[in-house]
Amino acid sequence: MKLKLITLVIPAVLALSACTNPNRFDNGADGAGTFSSVTPGSAQDPQSPLYFQETIGDRVLFDVDQSSLNDEARRVLDGQASWLTTNADYAVVIEGHADEQGTREYNLALGARRANAVKEYLLAKGMPSSRLKTVSYGKERPLEICSQEACYSKNRRAVTILSSGLSS
Amino acid sequence: MILRLLSFVLLAAVSSASFAQAEPLRIEITDAVIEPLPVAVPEFVAETAGAGPIAADIARVVAEDLKGTGLFREIDKAAFISQISSFAAPVQFADWKAINAQALITGAVTVQGEQIIVKFRVYDVFAGQELGKGLQLAGTRAGWRRMAHKVADQVYTRITGEGGYFDSRVVYVSETGPKDNRKKRLAIMDYDGANNQFLTDSSAIVLAPRFSPTGDRVLYTSYETGFPKIYVLDVASVGRRVLESRDGTMSFAPRFAPDGRKVVFSLESGGNTDIYLMDLATGAEQRLTNAPSIETAPSFSPDGSQIVFESDRSGSQQLYVMSANGGEPRRISAGPGRYGTPVWSPRGDLVAFTKQSKGRFHIGIMRTDGTGEKLLTASFLEEGPTWAPNGRVIMFTRETQGTDGQSSLYSVDISGRNLQRVRTEGGASDPSWSPLQQ
Repeated sequence: MKLKLITLVIPAVLALSACTNPNRFDNGADGAGTFSSVTPGSAQDPQSPLYFQETIGDRVLFDVDQSSLNDEARRVLDGQASWLTTNADYAVVIEGHADEQGTREYNLALGARRANAVKEYLLAKGMPSSRLKTVSYGKERPLEICSQEACYSKNRRAVTILSSGLSS
Repeated sequence: MILRLLSFVLLAAVSSASFAQAEPLRIEITDAVIEPLPVAVPEFVAETAGAGPIAADIARVVAEDLKGTGLFREIDKAAFISQISSFAAPVQFADWKAINAQALITGAVTVQGEQIIVKFRVYDVFAGQELGKGLQLAGTRAGWRRMAHKVADQVYTRITGEGGYFDSRVVYVSETGPKDNRKKRLAIMDYDGANNQFLTDSSAIVLAPRFSPTGDRVLYTSYETGFPKIYVLDVASVGRRVLESRDGTMSFAPRFAPDGRKVVFSLESGGNTDIYLMDLATGAEQRLTNAPSIETAPSFSPDGSQIVFESDRSGSQQLYVMSANGGEPRRISAGPGRYGTPVWSPRGDLVAFTKQSKGRFHIGIMRTDGTGEKLLTASFLEEGPTWAPNGRVIMFTRETQGTDGQSSLYSVDISGRNLQRVRTEGGASDPSWSPLQQ
């Protein structure tokens, strides 16, 4: 699901840049309609939080018991870093999560490791630490609730939550 | 609340016991196989007008406590040959022998306004004599269940030689809602699920409450501020305060030191979790572990000299023991499998833990040097053992599998017998068993 969204990013960006060329749609009756189909604030609007959440992807996934970032995760975080550089008014809270296969306390600590792995990556990309907070929910906030790997793999995640405006 | 209402007075013995040398009535609860001991618990005698219902209730709770241990079997009242209509009248042992009652418990209740007085005696039927002395307890009508538990604790202790655990409470996390939108709030109840009372609302996630050594306070972790922090709650007033922690850090997994003045807990900073000790009065912190691995779930030995905790420094979760001042820990769990949430027994002899092995979870016990590992339970997901005050029974969380998964509390004794679901309204997790009430 996420993977598919990500691969759609590039065509979407191309389409958007095409849309910014006014000449292209000047002469068609549908032109204005197509142009205005990028609703401000939508997932197609590169400045919007929705774009950050859905088009770039607000989360990265982890292997069982792991907190290291794979290539896919790094690609998502590169996108997050660049969006956050452009949209400097936003601060973030990075939430670390674990699947249910583990004890409560350990999963809290593991979620913190995951959130911190994302934080460290964004710091390395030049984000100031004042814009980055982390929190772990351990296994307390699963996204998917089946007791199978199909769900577990989506729950082992770190999600970058935008908070408008820089708070202390 | 009940604590304040009730002031128990252990009055002078109602009668003195004579001790014969016949084979004593005794259950050794560490024996491998136990045939539950048949016990007769006739309704307690109402010694004042209107005391009948409460006398019946008290006898019923005494019988339920005893049956709940798995060590006793209650004889159906319909089988009784003689009735106990007077507390003072001599017991017709032959009538109780005839129905194979090994133990007989008689009692009487007097109600005077809001005060009740309960007297009881325990008889070893086959020896034809009293076991221990008759006792009289005074308390309030509202506290009748506690009086019943006190009686049952006495009976249990006289017959097993172990301390009791019925007059105790459990603080836990009450759960409602589906797994992806679960509401959690702290609740406290009697050990058998009665007298449930909520201590927090469900506006923030709360986790892992832990009783103080005297049961007057509870430590727990809450997301009230959006970030996990440790709170200490006064049980009587339900007032609470946060234990201040540095911004950007996460505090969790607290437990009291046996002196009740210090708290051992996990503190996460920069993704790394270590164990710290905090003085509750001054807030002063002492770091006890310093490793890049996860160190969490610390629990003091009852003498306060050592701390057992879990760490993944070896590559997987294992149990370690260190001095209460920190220092080099020694690993006690041998594996294979992963070990977490160790809890030192109140008797000091054992450590209870959660084990994950081959896709299953277990509650187990081992000696404090790691020998004698014994798994007591197995299921899809269970964790978080807590010890009964006598160190002979363990309560824990069990969660069922799948999208409808629910958490419940279970208890099991340290031989692995008598696995039982603990009665709660709705879902429940993270139990912490109080000491025996005073």
